[in-house]
Amino acid sequence: MNAFRIVAAGDSAVLVELENRIDPVVNETAIALATAIRAAVLPGVRDVVPTYRSVAIHFDPLRTDYDGLVARVNAWMGEGPPYPQGTRPPYGDPSPVPYGDPPPVPYGDPPPVPYGDPSPVQYGNPSPVQYGDPSLVRVPVCYAGEFGPDLAEVAAFGAVSEAEAVRLHTSRLYRVFMLGFMPGFAYMGIVDAHIAAPRLSTPRVRVPAGSVGIAGEQTGIYSVSTPGGWRIIGRTPLKPFDLSRREPALFKPGDAVQFYAIDPGEYARLESAR
Amino acid sequence: MASLRVISPGMLTTIQDHGRWGWQDRGVPVAGPMDPRAHRVANTLVGNEIDAATLELTLLGPEMEFDDERIAAVAGADFEVAVDGRAMPVNVPFAVGAGSVLRFGSRRRGARAYLAIAGGIAVPPVLNSRATHLPSAMGGLEGRPLRAGDRLPLGKRGRTPFFPTKGYDPFLSAPNGHATARILPGPQLDRFAPEALDVLQSGPFVVDAASNRMGFRLRGPVLRHAGDGEMLSDATTLGALQVPPAGQPILLMADRQTTGGYPSLATVISADIGLAGQLAPGDSISFVVSTVREAMAALIAQEQALMAFESGPR
Repeated sequence: MNAFRIVAAGDSAVLVELENRIDPVVNETAIALATAIRAAVLPGVRDVVPTYRSVAIHFDPLRTDYDGLVARVNAWMGEGPPYPQGTRPPYGDPSPVPYGDPPPVPYGDPPPVPYGDPSPVQYGNPSPVQYGDPSLVRVPVCYAGEFGPDLAEVAAFGAVSEAEAVRLHTSRLYRVFMLGFMPGFAYMGIVDAHIAAPRLSTPRVRVPAGSVGIAGEQTGIYSVSTPGGWRIIGRTPLKPFDLSRREPALFKPGDAVQFYAIDPGEYARLESAR
Repeated sequence: MASLRVISPGMLTTIQDHGRWGWQDRGVPVAGPMDPRAHRVANTLVGNEIDAATLELTLLGPEMEFDDERIAAVAGADFEVAVDGRAMPVNVPFAVGAGSVLRFGSRRRGARAYLAIAGGIAVPPVLNSRATHLPSAMGGLEGRPLRAGDRLPLGKRGRTPFFPTKGYDPFLSAPNGHATARILPGPQLDRFAPEALDVLQSGPFVVDAASNRMGFRLRGPVLRHAGDGEMLSDATTLGALQVPPAGQPILLMADRQTTGGYPSLATVISADIGLAGQLAPGDSISFVVSTVREAMAALIAQEQALMAFESGPR
C-alpha cells in the first residue's frame, strides 16, 4: 500500500500526490503510475505528467469518465506500483520480478457525451512513445572558464577547490526525477551537499542552451536559452531536446545520468560533430 | 502555394491551434489560444476544422496581403476590420480577393482576436501542433511572433463557409475591462493561511503590465501562505493561481511552463479561461469560488451553444 491522496486541480486535471520528499522510491511509484495511465489510453486523457512525488493527469472534462479514472488510480495504488511488463525500477526496489500488466480494473461506463453526436474535437492524447526501460545516459561537460561562470562560487560554497567541485559533480550517478520547465529539461539529483549551492538571488536574463546548473540538491541542463536562476558550472555539447530525433527528449523520467568532464577542444569537436 | 504576406505584424500576432497536448511529461508546454472559444468560432465561420491554425492578435492587429481569394473571419475581441479600406463585420465570414489587403483598425473591447482563413495557416506542425510557444521558440513560424515581410502558407480551401443567420450569441462577447472568473479551490489550498481564499475573492486584481501569454501577474490584496511559500516543483495546470512568496498571484495562461515551484491557491474553471484570455494589462479580474458541478454545467452549456452554432445552416 502506498500513501497517496487524489487532489482536484481545477476541473480538467487531478494530482495524485505521494509522500512529499525527493526520494527515488517515491518517484519510481509516480513514474510507474504515470506509465500505467498512459498505457491504458483512457478516453479524454490529454497528458500524464510524473513529477518528484506526484502524477498530474490532464483531461478533457467533457470526454472523461472522472469517477472511472479515480477508481483506476485507487485500484492501482492500492495494489502496488503497476510497473508495465518488461520494466523494472532502477532504484529502491531490488526485486527482478516483472510486475506484469496493470490489473484489469474495469474502466466503468463510456465517457459521458452530454448531448447529440460526439464532437469531432480531438485535443490530442499523450504522445505514443512509451518510456521503456530506464537507461544510463553519459553526458560530457566542459567545466572550464566561460562555460561555468558559477563554478568558483559553487566550490566556495563547500570550501573545496574547483577541481574538487567538478570531481564531486561527476562522481555520482544522478536520477532523472522529472522533466519540466522547458522542453527536455530534466530535474536530476541528488547533488553532494558540498556543492548543493542555492539558486542565484537574481536570475540571469539569458542562460545558453546546454548549460549545466545546480540548484540546491538538484542538477539539470538548460535545454533552450532562457532566463534562469540555477548556478551554472559547465556546458554540454549534447542537445537535451532535439526535434530531429524520434524521441526528442534525451532524458526520460527514471533514467540514470553520469556527467564526465571534457576539455574545450573535445567540446568543440563534439559540438561540430552533432 | 497560396499565402499571406505580412505588411505589418501588429503588437503580438502568433499562429495558434488547439495546442501541443501530449508532451508535457517531456517538459513541452501546451501553448494554444488564450481564448479557445473564439479560436474555435473563427474556424467554424470559415468552414475549417475547429483545430485548424488561426492567427491570434493582441491589442493592435496586423495588416496583410492575400495572394489568393479566401474566406476569412474574425472572432474574439471586437476590432475594426477592413478589406481594401471597406469595413467588414466581426463574427461573420467575408471574402478577401487575391491581391487585397486586410487591415485591423482600432480595438473596441477585449484583448485578443482570432483571424481564421479558409484552409488554415499551413505551417508545418511540430509534435502534432502548429501552436506557437514563445518562450521555447517552438511551433508556428520559427516559434516567434509574426514580422513584416513574413509569408504564411495557407492550406487547401475546404468546406463551405458558414454564414450565420442570426447575431452572434452574446455569451461569447469579450469583457470590457473587467471579468469575473469562477474558481475551484486548490490544488495546494492547504499551503495557504485559512483566510486566503476569502482574500482572493475580496479582489479585484489588476492585470500588471508584466503579463504575457505565460501568465498574468495580478496586483491586489496579499495572499498569505501557511509556510514559506516554496514547495517541491510540481505539475501546473491552465488557469492555476500560483502564488509566489510575496503573495501576489500569477494566473497561468496558455504558454505556462509544465511545472512550477509555487503553490496554487485556486484554479479558474475551464468555461471561464477564454474570458480571462480577453483581458489586457490594466484590466481587472475578480474571483468567485464555484463547485465542480457548477463548473461542469457551465462548460456543458458553453459546448452546447458552440455545437448549436456549428451545426447551423450552411
